[in-house]
Amino acid sequence: MSRPSTVSAPAVTPLDPDAAISIRGLVKSYGDRNAVDGVDLDIRRGEIFALLGPNGAGKTTTVEVLEGYRRRDGGDVQVLGVDPATGGRRWKADIGIVLQSGAGDSQLTCLELLRAQASYYADPRDPAEVLELVGLTEKAGARGRSLSGGQRRRLDVALGIVGRPRLLFLDEPTTGFDPEARRQFWSLIRSLRDLGTTMLLTTHYLDEAEELADRVGVIARGRLVEVAVPAELGGRGSAPAVVTWTEHGVRRTAETATPTGFVGELATRFPGEVPDLAVARPTLEDVYLRMIGEDLS
Amino acid sequence: MTAVTGRVLPSVASVCRTRAGVELKEFFRQRESVVFTLMFPVILLLVFGAVLDYDLGSGVSFTQYFMAGVIAAGILGASLQNMAISIATERSDGTLKGLAGTPMPKSAFFVGKVVQVLVVTVAIVVILLAIGTVFYDIALPTGSEWLTFAWVAALGSAACTLLGIAISSLARNGRSASATVTPVALVLQFISGVFFQFSEVPTWLQTVAALFPLKWMAQGLRSVFLPDALAAQEPAGSWELGRVALVLGIWCVVGLVLCVRTFRWQD
Repeated sequence: MSRPSTVSAPAVTPLDPDAAISIRGLVKSYGDRNAVDGVDLDIRRGEIFALLGPNGAGKTTTVEVLEGYRRRDGGDVQVLGVDPATGGRRWKADIGIVLQSGAGDSQLTCLELLRAQASYYADPRDPAEVLELVGLTEKAGARGRSLSGGQRRRLDVALGIVGRPRLLFLDEPTTGFDPEARRQFWSLIRSLRDLGTTMLLTTHYLDEAEELADRVGVIARGRLVEVAVPAELGGRGSAPAVVTWTEHGVRRTAETATPTGFVGELATRFPGEVPDLAVARPTLEDVYLRMIGEDLS
Repeated sequence: MTAVTGRVLPSVASVCRTRAGVELKEFFRQRESVVFTLMFPVILLLVFGAVLDYDLGSGVSFTQYFMAGVIAAGILGASLQNMAISIATERSDGTLKGLAGTPMPKSAFFVGKVVQVLVVTVAIVVILLAIGTVFYDIALPTGSEWLTFAWVAALGSAACTLLGIAISSLARNGRSASATVTPVALVLQFISGVFFQFSEVPTWLQTVAALFPLKWMAQGLRSVFLPDALAAQEPAGSWELGRVALVLGIWCVVGLVLCVRTFRWQD
């Protein structure tokens, strides 16, 4: 157990003024526990960054510091060039936050909620267009409280983007979605990326991170364990392939750095198809579970 | 990269208008709030007016006395109970957190709430006075009595709104706020001279009631609805309008300090 630090950790490299988000030595403690314990990170403009980590790892705390909801106890943070602890209305107009159930139990209709939300911003998107974008046009006249879980999440996303944010925070946005709704949501996120929106995403779904993110960061016990593109995380890119097949009724497994050659050679040992042949690389989930497992043990 | 852009944020006044509209829709579309806050005092007046229409002496009916009390109770419901329950609900369901993450000026949120309280309070008062005059032959205030009516209602409403906002921070959610505030409000109504003449309340309970705003609102409003001859039945033998203003004013200050110190946008 580390003691809470009361002074800022010395910044090794200065904050990156060109980054959408720049973090150096971020510390946030609750009691004598450091929920976030010295995180350094730069998120580029236009990037989709996924923050992964088990519950209680410091993911939500980190994001809430960046959103301006929580005060940090140490380190330096800039979000769109501004310290979130002092960010005013103008700064808030440039960020969008998709909370879990931010729409609450409203008596207002979807369109009314979006119109009200839009009226807080300098240059909002057209509420009707935003409803179209999230696929809720048919529910424009439905009250917030009458929506299904998935529709509510889409309304949360609509509320987060109606202000035309340059930076969007998405906190576990597809929790409770059915597979088709998740696919639709992913294409929504890609269209926002095409419009130049930077996004910081937290998720428990590793396929979602792999599908959407330019880079992923794994956080465990308040520390950033690794930051990489999804295909390279945890040495995935250079990890040996695992070839499995059945020979003489026995399941066989081999690790190889040259699966193409290995399979070619294997093919010569069988008259036709190699029985039950499969070639696999470690999935993002495999390396993720190994990383947080190592950290927790 | 800096966050400064050439875009002009909407004025605080225009956001206040939006928030006022939102708050009015939220209130009047919710059956529970309309029934409990708006209809409850009306039903009370109809029932008490029909049942307890006895003579207090000097030719004044209890309904005339009850008019002052039920308006005070209506103000308590529209301000303290309404604010405590609605804000606790909005805090626990994430509505407040969502708003805090937008460029909405924080002041506009409170302006919206105040407009809601004002409109609901005026609606309650108008409905009660209309029923009183049409069905129960209540004598309406005249001349400077309206002025007393206005300041007692405004000051009491302000104190109770601030207290309601402060109390909302103590509750875990809307349900627990409702479960705490509703019985307390009911007890206060019983001991503050709403349902019975205050002079019939045991002295020690009168002392308890005198600590809270409702007793002083009801007393101030009685000075409006009752002839001055009945002031002799008050504990001090007079309407004590100066003390009414003082106590309600103190509760405004206490409520404001509590709000500033305890208000949270998220759990």
